[in-house]
Amino acid sequence: MSGQPVVQPIPIVGTKKRTATTGRRDSFRKRLLIHSILIFACVVAAFPIVRVFSVALRPGNRLLDSNFSLIPDGATLDAFVSVLTKSDLPLWLFNSLVITTGTSFVGLAIAATSAYAFSRFKFPGRGVGLTMLLATQLIPAAMLLVPLYILATQFQMANSFVGMVIALSVTSVPFSIWILKGYYDTVPVELEEAARIDGCSQLEAFWRILLPLSTPALVIVFLFNFLAAWNDYFLARILISKEDLLTWPLGLQRFQAQFQTQWNELAAASIIISIPVVLLFLYSSKWLISGVTAGGVKG
Amino acid sequence: MNLDAVTTALVQVGLTLVVIVALVAILEGFLYLLLVRTLKTRLAVPLMLVAPAVVGLAILIVFPLLWELNVSFTKMSLRNFRDPGFLGLGNDMFVGITNYIEVFTLPVLKLTGFWQLFLQTVVWTVINITFHVLGGLALALLLHRPMRGKGIYRALIILPWAIPQVIALLVWRTEYNFEFGAVNQLLGLVGMAPVPWLSDPFWNFAAMIITNVWLGIPFMMVLILGGLQSISAEYYEAAEMDGATSRQSFRAITLPLLRPVLTPAIILGTVWTFNNINVPFFINQNELESSDILVTALFRQAFQYNRYGDAAAFAFVIFAILLVFTVFYVRRTGSLKGAYE
Repeated sequence: MSGQPVVQPIPIVGTKKRTATTGRRDSFRKRLLIHSILIFACVVAAFPIVRVFSVALRPGNRLLDSNFSLIPDGATLDAFVSVLTKSDLPLWLFNSLVITTGTSFVGLAIAATSAYAFSRFKFPGRGVGLTMLLATQLIPAAMLLVPLYILATQFQMANSFVGMVIALSVTSVPFSIWILKGYYDTVPVELEEAARIDGCSQLEAFWRILLPLSTPALVIVFLFNFLAAWNDYFLARILISKEDLLTWPLGLQRFQAQFQTQWNELAAASIIISIPVVLLFLYSSKWLISGVTAGGVKG
Repeated sequence: MNLDAVTTALVQVGLTLVVIVALVAILEGFLYLLLVRTLKTRLAVPLMLVAPAVVGLAILIVFPLLWELNVSFTKMSLRNFRDPGFLGLGNDMFVGITNYIEVFTLPVLKLTGFWQLFLQTVVWTVINITFHVLGGLALALLLHRPMRGKGIYRALIILPWAIPQVIALLVWRTEYNFEFGAVNQLLGLVGMAPVPWLSDPFWNFAAMIITNVWLGIPFMMVLILGGLQSISAEYYEAAEMDGATSRQSFRAITLPLLRPVLTPAIILGTVWTFNNINVPFFINQNELESSDILVTALFRQAFQYNRYGDAAAFAFVIFAILLVFTVFYVRRTGSLKGAYE
């Protein structure tokens, strides 16, 4: 099953007159209109982010200023210095980073091996299993939070990272398996068969042939798991309440309350948290799309 | 940074990972002895490959859901926070299907009832998906042509999807502030009266939708752009030779060939929007009950009012609605054919 959408021949409409204008060029007015719409869309998309930058640069006595200038009067980097040195932001980021990295690797390893079984083997329960994996996507997050919260409380797993790591490792597995299975399906089996004729065992063929060829999909799945865990708010919210264990989404909320919402510090912290993720995202967005369209969504 | 806290994090996460790896090793060793040595079955390899995922999902999803199903037949709440046992055997927690009946007959929250929440969720989902698809399609069509600055446009338009959602939502929440928020200030610039985005039920719901439309368009745009790129240019050339107008080419070529991308994207988008807890939760900050959709009402019922038995029953009702919709839609569009080959 290839990842390309199935292209069927299409009856062509309107066979009246023939014009030889192949590759027609848009008129100036049309191009102006297109660029205006796109620029408007970019402004709408980027506006809140630009605002955050300008708020972060505000000095402490002008937080509720109502002008729109990009660089406020008396712009200062105090807020950045202050959140990095006086608040627990570095610790929150560290906690998030450790949990996220650990769970992403575990999730990837579990998904990569099972996807191989779903892609290359026939075994009882395969069809049912794939359907069940899809069905898990329908479960509302809040539905799982109820039992996880009560179970974690009863098994003394609240306020420790143990429960978080186990839960976050597994939550992305169903979606990851679908994406990876879809990608494996596009890699010809003949390559592994050739390797087996040359004396590789089945698992060696998987490890040495299929996995390296699937690097793009593996990177996508890793990033997907990483972003999902990095942005998790609700699991942390029901499991963690101890100050030292906060992850950044919880910490950011403490900011709002604890410092009576110092907007400039909240904004500076938001920027520090966002920059690495946005860069990572923009860098991988092309892969992310091709991976999702080739595997997960399309099947 | 507090050094103790750093060590705690490293030790806890590290130990958990070590335990997970050890458990997987034990599981695989057991399966090896059972399937390869004892049963000598040809299914040994695939079963050993899927075993970690099966066990993980069983522990994290199947077991909690079964447990929740059990809780849904009990009167568990903060006042009755004890082990519910199995269907209340040996204690007085069991209430039968009372909780399920009460989802429909009593207010789910303090004032709001099920049907209002259901209606709001449908409105929320339909409006959002409509705007996501139309906006995404429009932008993708504009970007899918040779032009200058394409990469920059795309990178900027993707931004709402790229920034961490919690942050984007906190920013929007502050921009909806009646006095100091950018939204009302911009309205003021064009001479309009400020809107009570956070306190008025109608406008609060509108604010949630505006924010989610802003968040969701980039994903649809990029997916549709991928679909457009996979349509061969030859079709358009042939259509043009035959004198088709661009509107005719769009309806006869673009739309039908986009369907393999659009249909699953719409299903997925609908499920995600229906289940979207982040946007209503952070824009409303759990203040107005009238702005809740089903999933935020569920969270509130469980974690603000601590009515666990009621919430468990409510959760299964929500899941059933989504399951019926998806099965119906997937059957009708046949969009998953081929995935099982």
